[in-house]
Amino acid sequence: MPKIARDLLLILLPVIAAFAVLPAIYSNHLLLFNFIIAMTLAQGLNIIYGFTGYLPFGYVGFFGAGAYGFSLAVIHLHAPPLVALAAGAAAAVAFALLLTPLFRLSGAYFSIANLAAALAMLQVVSNPNLESITKGPYGISLNGVFNPTFAYGTALATLAATLGLVIYLRYSHFGMALRAIREDPISAGMAGINVVRERIIAWLLSALVAGLAGGVFAWYVSVFYPETVFSVEFTIFSIVFVLFGGSATVLGPILGVIVLYGIYNAVGISTPQYFQLIYGALIMGLVLFLPNGLISLLQRRGIDVP
Amino acid sequence: MFTYSLLAGLLFGLYFSLIGLGLNLVFGVMRIVNLAHGDFLMLGAFLAFWLFSLFAINPVPAVVIAFVGFAIAGVPIYYLLVPRLLRAKDPEMLSFILFFGLAQVIEAVTTIAFGTSERSIPGNQLGQAIATVESLFTGHAVEGGPVEIFGQTFPASWVASGIASGCAVLLVYVYLYQTRLGYLTRAVMDNREEAVAAGIDVHRVSAIAFGIGLGLAAVAGVFAPFMLGSITPAMGAEITITAFAVIVIGSLGNPLGTVLGGVIYGVGYMLMQSYFSSWANLLPYVLLIAILLVRPSGLLGRRVRRA
Repeated sequence: MPKIARDLLLILLPVIAAFAVLPAIYSNHLLLFNFIIAMTLAQGLNIIYGFTGYLPFGYVGFFGAGAYGFSLAVIHLHAPPLVALAAGAAAAVAFALLLTPLFRLSGAYFSIANLAAALAMLQVVSNPNLESITKGPYGISLNGVFNPTFAYGTALATLAATLGLVIYLRYSHFGMALRAIREDPISAGMAGINVVRERIIAWLLSALVAGLAGGVFAWYVSVFYPETVFSVEFTIFSIVFVLFGGSATVLGPILGVIVLYGIYNAVGISTPQYFQLIYGALIMGLVLFLPNGLISLLQRRGIDVP
Repeated sequence: MFTYSLLAGLLFGLYFSLIGLGLNLVFGVMRIVNLAHGDFLMLGAFLAFWLFSLFAINPVPAVVIAFVGFAIAGVPIYYLLVPRLLRAKDPEMLSFILFFGLAQVIEAVTTIAFGTSERSIPGNQLGQAIATVESLFTGHAVEGGPVEIFGQTFPASWVASGIASGCAVLLVYVYLYQTRLGYLTRAVMDNREEAVAAGIDVHRVSAIAFGIGLGLAAVAGVFAPFMLGSITPAMGAEITITAFAVIVIGSLGNPLGTVLGGVIYGVGYMLMQSYFSSWANLLPYVLLIAILLVRPSGLLGRRVRRA
């Protein structure tokens, strides 16, 4: 059995099946939905960080763009949800295209510029002068499209597609090319890889995933403020989940979300500062002692983990 | 209104230079990104508030206490975190994530200790300090209160913060260009490997630079209640971004550039506040992205940047 089929069967299928069945057993559907969003965002960040090495600190910008693209399409164009979702995804991809010049920067400069871009986006969206278009700082309230079951299903489909994409990246030539670029862009270019094009495709795919997640999030919650969907916490959480599990793997981010987001919801939601403390300390510990995540403990022993 | 914005921008510009200076020093010497810079500044602000409200210590002596305290604290933090980082494959990126974690820890601990409520120090505290100094020089009593420059009146605390920031910048300049330690520090900035080869104790030099960087952040923090409004544990992230905008406009690793960056940023900010106030908050982000894209090496930077 080829590895790609094995991963689809043993990782993607069980995860999606679990999230499909759980609503029937467990009554807190919002929590399950948040798990799906967290997992989608973590895998979306994994596409760009894990496979190309660029860490977008403003990743939440695409999530916010997706949420606002969805909402504005519903409010101003009275679009049906799936069309509005496409608009949200398009908004995120357009924002990513606008930011492609940032790839001229490297390392930390890229991250900082990306964070600045996401914060600039928040400032624009929540500006009172634009109230007639974006509702400014007063937030979005959608009515007429509220349909939690349909939204949940769409979120699940988005997660399935994202997981499929990451599995594909792991075994395809395209994913291999991306990792070659991550390790050494100059050698990769010499080997005939179109560095700029491949990198930008990964960037747009990553933004597309976040845009879809943002759109479906807006659809599911229906009422939110600009600070909700542009909260830097989305980025922080995604980075921690990916780092904890192990980047550039399929299982790593899934593991990170289940363990850390699970603990967060079990204990931390009432006292966020204690969780901020634990997360901060965890990030520091991971960077200092286990920079490749939990999965690397197995990989070091020669066990191949997808 | 234009003169007012220009002069206020200059005062704030000096202060913004001070905010960026510590970050730039740490980056220049160690090539690591201290993403917790704004949070150290926040701690400095809380120290000033704490000294004032518990012991009624005026912000002026608090400057000295904050600088010495943070500079001493910086040395063990350096030895704990940085040498291990510098051995890694990609220290710059890892430092970015590591100090981001540290920023989270600092913010969380401060929130647990002090709560999320906003705090401030009365602005006249700094004004009185100025009046005292002024009366020492002129020989007769001077009343504390607004200060007049070129026919425009400014709060005395702004003028005091601006002047103090200017002095701090000068002292850093003296440290870098007039002392032997500064000479060694510049050698490490220029080329770490060759500095090692030349027998310089790189870790000692770096640890001191790191301490001075944190000390400068804390000094900027002491003036934060007067220049940036009330202080909260969550203020750090935004300040880090501002500091980055300032040093990137100037150029990374160049203290003179930081002053230029600070002044451009301050004047730009004040002009925005006067003429397009609702969009003023957008300025640091847009300026940062624009400068990074147009001139990645900063306004005073050399063409080559090793980052």
